[in-house]
Amino acid sequence: MDGTLRALAVAVIALAIGSLWTPDWIVFLATIIIAKGLVVLGLMVLWRTGLVSFGQALYYGIGAYAVGMAQLAFGLRDAFLLVAFGTVLAAAIAVLLGFLLARYRDIFFAMLSLAFSMILYGTLVKSATLCSTDCFAVLPPRFAGMAAGGTLAKNGLFWLTLAAATIAVYGVHRYLASPLGALTTAIRDNEIRVEYLGYSVERAIHIKYVIAAALAGAGGAIVALAVGHIDPDSTYWTTSGEFVFVTILSGAGSALAPFVGSAIFEALRAYATAYAPYSWQMILGVFLLLLILFLPQGVWSLFQRRVRRAAP
Amino acid sequence: MTALLAVHHLNKAFGSVVAAKDITVTVGDGEVVGMIGANGAGKTTFVNMVTGYLKPNSGTIEFLGRDVTQLPPRAIVAAGIARSFQIPQIFGSASVADNLLIALGIAEGGRLPLWRALRSRERLATVERVLDHFGILAYRDQAAGLLPQGVRKLLDIAMATLRAPRLLLLDEPTSGISVEEKFAIMDTIMGALRAARCAVMFVEHDMDIIGRYASRVLAFAEGTIIAEGAPAAVIADPKVQRYVTGVPEAMRRAAAAP
Amino acid sequence: MLTAVTILVDGLVYSSWLFIVAVGLTLIFGVMKILNVAHGGFYSMGAYTAAWAIGLYFNAGWPPAGSYLLIAAAAGIAGTLLGLALERGLLRYVYHRDPIIIVLITYAVFLILENLVLQIWGVDAYLAYQPDTALGTTRIAGLRFSNYELLLIPLAAAIGGGLWWGLNRTRTGKILRAVIHDREMSLACGIDVSRLYTVTFVIGAVLGALGGAVTAPMISVTPGIGVEVIVIAFAVVVVSGLGSIPGTIVGALIVGLSRAAAVHLWPEVELFVIYAVMSAVLIVRPQGLFGRAPLRRI
Repeated sequence: MDGTLRALAVAVIALAIGSLWTPDWIVFLATIIIAKGLVVLGLMVLWRTGLVSFGQALYYGIGAYAVGMAQLAFGLRDAFLLVAFGTVLAAAIAVLLGFLLARYRDIFFAMLSLAFSMILYGTLVKSATLCSTDCFAVLPPRFAGMAAGGTLAKNGLFWLTLAAATIAVYGVHRYLASPLGALTTAIRDNEIRVEYLGYSVERAIHIKYVIAAALAGAGGAIVALAVGHIDPDSTYWTTSGEFVFVTILSGAGSALAPFVGSAIFEALRAYATAYAPYSWQMILGVFLLLLILFLPQGVWSLFQRRVRRAAP
Repeated sequence: MTALLAVHHLNKAFGSVVAAKDITVTVGDGEVVGMIGANGAGKTTFVNMVTGYLKPNSGTIEFLGRDVTQLPPRAIVAAGIARSFQIPQIFGSASVADNLLIALGIAEGGRLPLWRALRSRERLATVERVLDHFGILAYRDQAAGLLPQGVRKLLDIAMATLRAPRLLLLDEPTSGISVEEKFAIMDTIMGALRAARCAVMFVEHDMDIIGRYASRVLAFAEGTIIAEGAPAAVIADPKVQRYVTGVPEAMRRAAAAP
Repeated sequence: MLTAVTILVDGLVYSSWLFIVAVGLTLIFGVMKILNVAHGGFYSMGAYTAAWAIGLYFNAGWPPAGSYLLIAAAAGIAGTLLGLALERGLLRYVYHRDPIIIVLITYAVFLILENLVLQIWGVDAYLAYQPDTALGTTRIAGLRFSNYELLLIPLAAAIGGGLWWGLNRTRTGKILRAVIHDREMSLACGIDVSRLYTVTFVIGAVLGALGGAVTAPMISVTPGIGVEVIVIAFAVVVVSGLGSIPGTIVGALIVGLSRAAAVHLWPEVELFVIYAVMSAVLIVRPQGLFGRAPLRRI
């Protein structure tokens, strides 16, 4: 088991046990951080392929709304099923949209993904059944049939999130080490070469797009359950922008990087809300600029440098 | 006996520019065919059509008896035709070994195994063996984007051979390489390919190299093949001298003398 | 019949507005190959500067006629200052980076500009209706149109015409077109591409600010207008073909008329018809209506 997976195991166990003695609000925050980290993990896979999706909010929103609708339409209450439903729905839509999107690159890929997310946003805001900007309260989830109460209420969702993150990190990590995963940077470097070696670049991108969508759907579903309510802003392009920001912040060095980045981002947001509530965008913008100019490989590269220096 | 490659009446025009006019060529198993011609004569267009990058306006391309004219490059590669590029197409940010590793990963299966790591001991051994054959083992850990031109070319060709192609098209394998090194590099390439029993078609501007390595030569001019045959005969052909190589100084003076 | 005319007029007005807002973005992309997200910031800066200036102007009791010059002046000053600061101070150092990285850099700048607007002018809405109401309304096909809005049409035509004249009839314009076609070749011919980039960027910034300034009297100027507008501008620019000014005219018309049709015939889709049209165009023509198909690389 290599370094990343070892670190993953340690972190997950520590967090799972530690959550029993941590105040509710920290567990809540951790749930959000990890859930959003999932979205960024998906973006990271695309980023390595040289693509930036400015529309992950589409799948993030689909995951959230899937939870709400499943509760309303099917009376589904089990947390695991709800998150799974959100993930699968997001993936299914990505399979369809991917046929189109996989043909584009660079700016056009970014813009088209943006367009799709704005289409969802426009539909949601104007739609009466999905009630505009206000509504959609999400009922508290159940866990394996048990109603939420006591420790389970507070920690159940967190443990589910940890489980999802474990699967995701393990999966992406193995994926990136596999022949198909190596096609991320290969495609970014030279698409023609990949085609001439015999693999369809479009197909590879399509697969990565679906992976990113599934992860975003899972993240959205979890956040909806944690926060207890859904609104169309989760599909607005600025939400996508924030995810892109965290992707740059994290770097593409490891499947664990997005979660570190997500934690830093939420900490940043917490401080900004507390001490400079009217300057959030400014802080984001300045930070992003500094990152791109001076730390383009993300914060994970700092960690990698230190690890390399530590080794003999 | 079916020819390895059978090209019939290929035509390709870009607007009013005729890049290929009624090209008919056959290549047999294991042959080494040189392609000469001035710039813009249609050699690279020919290579691009055979490898699927361009679709001809009309005409057919048959490989091992199968019509591959309309297939995309990756299908043609799977069928057994590989190519190298005038400007080497490599993965700049990966190491030389990784470049081959990626190529190997793709070559090993249509459905790439998801849970098997790419970097395995056996694959690395294969990669090192191939690098050694091409004489670039010393560069194995260097980033491909920082390689000297000759090494890039060899890497490009090495990647193309990983799928054990039956036909390999080399687009100007020695262009950009100094005169002293040209023969060394061609020796390396041909040595590695001979072992693989692969037919080769290569585009070349240097007549010495053509003479030394090709058993047959195709001369291109303005989109057509103006001469075909053994190297010496083709190079001496007056049409070829007019359109491709130029008339040797001695002959011109002799012709001009009263 | 009445609806058709209404849609046409409404569509033309909206298309004109789209053109004015998006053409600066197109120009910058065409010449410098940069998708400038900060364009949204130019827009809001232009809008706020104009709204604030108009407020002061009318409070001082000046006659309405001068307020139109004020709008232009506000746009000119805001655009020039911002454009110069951004191009000379930041962008010229990052031109060599990956295009996607440059987009992210302009996105960062956009966030900063949007917040700057908040810091300078606060959260309250600015209302500067006077230049609009001063011109009155006209009744067309049973609906009242503000004359100010209708004037957007000739304004867009003037800007389009001016740009056409500039690009085709002046020496600088022809040089600009050379740079649009092939930057390296232009450099090799001795063209001062660096200075040209600055000039282009400033013009693009002024046009962006003009979009905002001209819009200010028609809306309630609030923080966040830049955020809404930039995605719409993207849609138009992408539909047109990223860098084609004639394309922007056609793109603006298509998007504008579609939206007008939606507003009057099927209001539920109003908010997303723009993006649906954009997606449809990209499906049929991946490089946009007037975009150039990618060249052979091997």
